[in-house]
Amino acid sequence: MSGFLSGRSARLTGRRLATILILCAVACAAVAALAALVGVATGPGGPRVLAALLVGAALAAAGAALQALLRNPLAEPFTLGISSGASLAAVLAIRLGIEGAFGFAGIGGAALVGALATLVVVWRLARIGRHLPPATLVLAGITMSMFCSSASTLIQATSDFTEVNHMLMWMLGSMETVRLIAVGYAALPIAAALIVLIAHARELNALAAGPEVAASLGVTVGRTQTVVFGVSALLVGAAIAVAGPIGFIGLIVPHALRALLGADHRLLLPASIFGGATVLVVFDTLARTIVPLHHLPTGAVTAVLGVPFFVVILVGQKQRAALWGRE
Amino acid sequence: MAHLHLHDVSVALGGRDVVREVSAEVRAGELVVVVGPNGAGKTTLLRAMAGLLAPRTGTIRVLGRDPARAPRRVIARDLAYLPQHYDLAFPFAVEEVVLLGRYARQRGIGLASDDDLAAARRAMAACGVADLAGRRFDALSGGEARRAIVAQALCQEARCLLLDEPTAGLDPAHARAIFALLRAHCDAGATAVVVTHDLDLALRHGGMMWLIADGRLAARGNPAHVLAAAETRGAFGVAIHVGALPSGAKFAVPA
Repeated sequence: MSGFLSGRSARLTGRRLATILILCAVACAAVAALAALVGVATGPGGPRVLAALLVGAALAAAGAALQALLRNPLAEPFTLGISSGASLAAVLAIRLGIEGAFGFAGIGGAALVGALATLVVVWRLARIGRHLPPATLVLAGITMSMFCSSASTLIQATSDFTEVNHMLMWMLGSMETVRLIAVGYAALPIAAALIVLIAHARELNALAAGPEVAASLGVTVGRTQTVVFGVSALLVGAAIAVAGPIGFIGLIVPHALRALLGADHRLLLPASIFGGATVLVVFDTLARTIVPLHHLPTGAVTAVLGVPFFVVILVGQKQRAALWGRE
Repeated sequence: MAHLHLHDVSVALGGRDVVREVSAEVRAGELVVVVGPNGAGKTTLLRAMAGLLAPRTGTIRVLGRDPARAPRRVIARDLAYLPQHYDLAFPFAVEEVVLLGRYARQRGIGLASDDDLAAARRAMAACGVADLAGRRFDALSGGEARRAIVAQALCQEARCLLLDEPTAGLDPAHARAIFALLRAHCDAGATAVVVTHDLDLALRHGGMMWLIADGRLAARGNPAHVLAAAETRGAFGVAIHVGALPSGAKFAVPA
């Protein structure tokens, strides 16, 4: 059974795909039901669980796709600076009173634009010719993160107390204030984006061998990169617009599933969708129950648990000498 | 019809012509070995023939199509290219890597059909990696990994093979087996253009040799003649001695 599930000995068959995805779906549904029950006991239940499912699925799938596209296991909305960019846009929106003018959608919309813009800037900064070396990518991500954080701080320094409090709550990635209407708005584009990603799973498999090999296998590399990049940015932007910046789900989930199920994206992407949804529901439930009477911000909890994970991957990569320099 | 046709091809990299005014043809059944010193432009020529670089001037045709402009999926059914460096970013199993060669022939989610599996099995058996099918690619030795990706190229079942140093890092027996395999492939009507630094294997198995020096096709013809030519001595900066063993097998060594 373990050989059947793991990628070690088994190529992808219809039976293996169906079995694993059904298992994932059942586990996800069970966890969500449990979390909803806990939610009823501790405060807001249904909308929050729905939001966690949606946001977790989007972030994990986008993480898996960005890792495949950039051929870099450290690629993730947080490490690519996307979360900081979205936060800066949201902080700016709060400062300018856009929420007053456009309601809740104003901040979400600003975060979406901020996420997309940051991803494009990082991509352009990191690119050397036609290559996207892991080292420059991480550096570009850090650079953007630092810039956006400083800019956010400057804006906060010029804001009044109510605004600062509002900004802080948003930047911590709190799901406390998630509204059902926001989940509803985000569901359709996220679902569409997930379908587009899964439709490109075979292309992502070929891209693991590098753009030239993928092209000679028959992949239209430029188009695939553009579509997958755009769709991933949309997923990340939509997730941040709903729940604020939630870090490391896009790193932890695909990485663990890759170790468990193998690297084939036809299985990895849908499994990451269920896995991300499940893990974020668990983390969110932890966030509001771990300290009695204190609801911790979900994003802070995922980051605290995610950073050690990032270090483990970094050390492993360094040992394999695959991270620095080599394309 | 020539499988591969190059007319007056120059390819520029970084503003400098790395391949200059190459005109040549490769006919069905031909095994062309490409030799030349490091940095002569062999890899650039091969990449241009694979459609991965557009020539600055001149035309390239693969079975009548321009490989830099035709849809990649169409080209991939006729032409397989094996690069000099192959770096797989994620831990696929060997069989999965070989099956990637079927991309252009699959539709939808691309679950392997019986045809795909049969092609993969043939390719893995031919390259001696059948018993590694379930192993992780990143756990293979350099030579094993090289054989696995030659199997990926064969699994593509393309009529034209462009291979950049397929035997680099292989032990003598496996290197010879790969060339014997390519020879058989060409005898069955396919075409192969193989960049190599193994002059012995090039001499024994190549039907035609191209010498690339300073981006130009400096000499071509029977491998024994090309290796003995003055152009080859000039390009390598050392004469190549071609001899024969008592068994009749030829060998080439720097004199």
